[in-house]
Amino acid sequence: MTAVAAAARRALLVVGLPLALLALWWVLSADSQSFYLPPLSQILEAFASTWFGARLADDVLPSLLRLLAGFALATVAGVALGVAIGFSPRLRAALEPVLEFLRAIPPPVLVPIFILITGIGTTMKVLVIVSGCIWPILLNTVEGVRARDEVLEDTCRVYGIRGPARLRHLVLRSASPQIVTGMRQALSIGIILMVISEMFAASSGLGFTIIQFQRGFAIPEMWSGILLLGLLGVALSLAFSGFEGRVLGWYHGLRRAERGPS
Amino acid sequence: MSKTLQIRGLRKVYEAQGRSVEAVGDLTFSVEASELVCVVGPSGCGKTTLLRCIAGLLEPTGGEVLLQGTRVAGPPPDLAVVFQEYGRSLFPWMTVRGNVELPLRSKRLGRDRRDELVTGALAAVGLGDVHDAYPWQLSGGMQQRVAIARAVAYEPHVLLMDEPFAAVDAQTRAELEDLVRAVWRRTGVTIVFVTHDIDEAVYLGQRVLALSSSPTVVQEDLAVDLPEERDQLTTRSDPRFTQLRTHLYAQIQQAKRGGDQPTPPASPEGAAAAPGS
Repeated sequence: MTAVAAAARRALLVVGLPLALLALWWVLSADSQSFYLPPLSQILEAFASTWFGARLADDVLPSLLRLLAGFALATVAGVALGVAIGFSPRLRAALEPVLEFLRAIPPPVLVPIFILITGIGTTMKVLVIVSGCIWPILLNTVEGVRARDEVLEDTCRVYGIRGPARLRHLVLRSASPQIVTGMRQALSIGIILMVISEMFAASSGLGFTIIQFQRGFAIPEMWSGILLLGLLGVALSLAFSGFEGRVLGWYHGLRRAERGPS
Repeated sequence: MSKTLQIRGLRKVYEAQGRSVEAVGDLTFSVEASELVCVVGPSGCGKTTLLRCIAGLLEPTGGEVLLQGTRVAGPPPDLAVVFQEYGRSLFPWMTVRGNVELPLRSKRLGRDRRDELVTGALAAVGLGDVHDAYPWQLSGGMQQRVAIARAVAYEPHVLLMDEPFAAVDAQTRAELEDLVRAVWRRTGVTIVFVTHDIDEAVYLGQRVLALSSSPTVVQEDLAVDLPEERDQLTTRSDPRFTQLRTHLYAQIQQAKRGGDQPTPPASPEGAAAAPGS
């Protein structure tokens, strides 16, 4: 098989099921009379008119920026704390019960508290996202830091690689597969919390707009918002895969090499 | 103080769960500058422990290690180690070049000097054409060459090698042995080479130290009076080579049996290893 044919086959495999599902939706909903389940054609019409305009800049973009800010803050804080805890067994023993307690709290219930402390602005929404995203990153970083190879550790000691160089070249890199796994989990949590944070006391944002449509019985628009959320999820996941490929190229290659010569 | 390395009364006892295991009993020997000394001994006799104490990776329980007259407490700056686990001692996220260069960065060498050392070291081990490969893309033997290049580029006074070829096939092993001889003769670095392979020790070394099993002492300090020019075919078929290896083999068998050990074994492991005593 030629390379082009192989690529076409792969592409078909990736988009085949989504296209089939859309087609099924289209056919089954074509002559729907239900108010709550409008035909897909209506939803797609609403999609174009609702999102390709001022709302893109006024609602979608701010939501995305808050998501990215929260995700980035959670990554920095999670990795920093995770490295500290991963290094010190005593710190880990002392913090573990507290961390388990905090992790078990669903972030949405913290929204009223964050509102009390920081008001209803951007800070509150970003904090809600951080409070959910930080846990998978933190816990995975701890595991990654603990699992670093002792021969590499000895190598660093022998060759005088210490301090920031050791942190950068040994600790963070050897924990990076786990850190990236945590970030991937955090990203999907972040999308959920982005919407939830806009359900309370908000006046703009993607989540806020969808809720508004729901309350105003603008059903096709509401569906189009849900569709947009799904598409954003796919786009973010693809972008993240690109990032992962860059950061963990060595890791995937190493795993392939370890599985045996191909 | 012309001796590069002095080990005096070295003793290491591991304490674990109320049980103590004596890994190294009482070792005293010294190594001259630019010497190539091989250390052999039965498995479990504390060879790796000895090497880790010399490298400053392990605090001895008693005695001391002097490197150029200075007591070793922590890894000294002019010492390099080639570990047995080549697959785990190279950074898998760095290219071959990056791996060799990293220690030079921590030495704060300038870019030009680093380039010169890295290129020179990789050429010396026959890897001039794989600078940008990752270690896991290379065979085991080539990975160990990278580790040797990293040690050579570091320009140490003393190079410690801990059973570096135990995990490669026989053919590769022979090539790597010749590489070590070539590097040693070219750079004049002092090498302490730990191995469990008696033939390898005789083939490589100017001197072979045979250790006894625990409690570990130097059982024999043997000068290898083979010609400087060695190669796998003629040296290994030299009658003197056979004589030396046979002698060492007998010594180590005796050490395993604990035949001439005046002192009874101090540890449970020693008792298990020497049922005859």
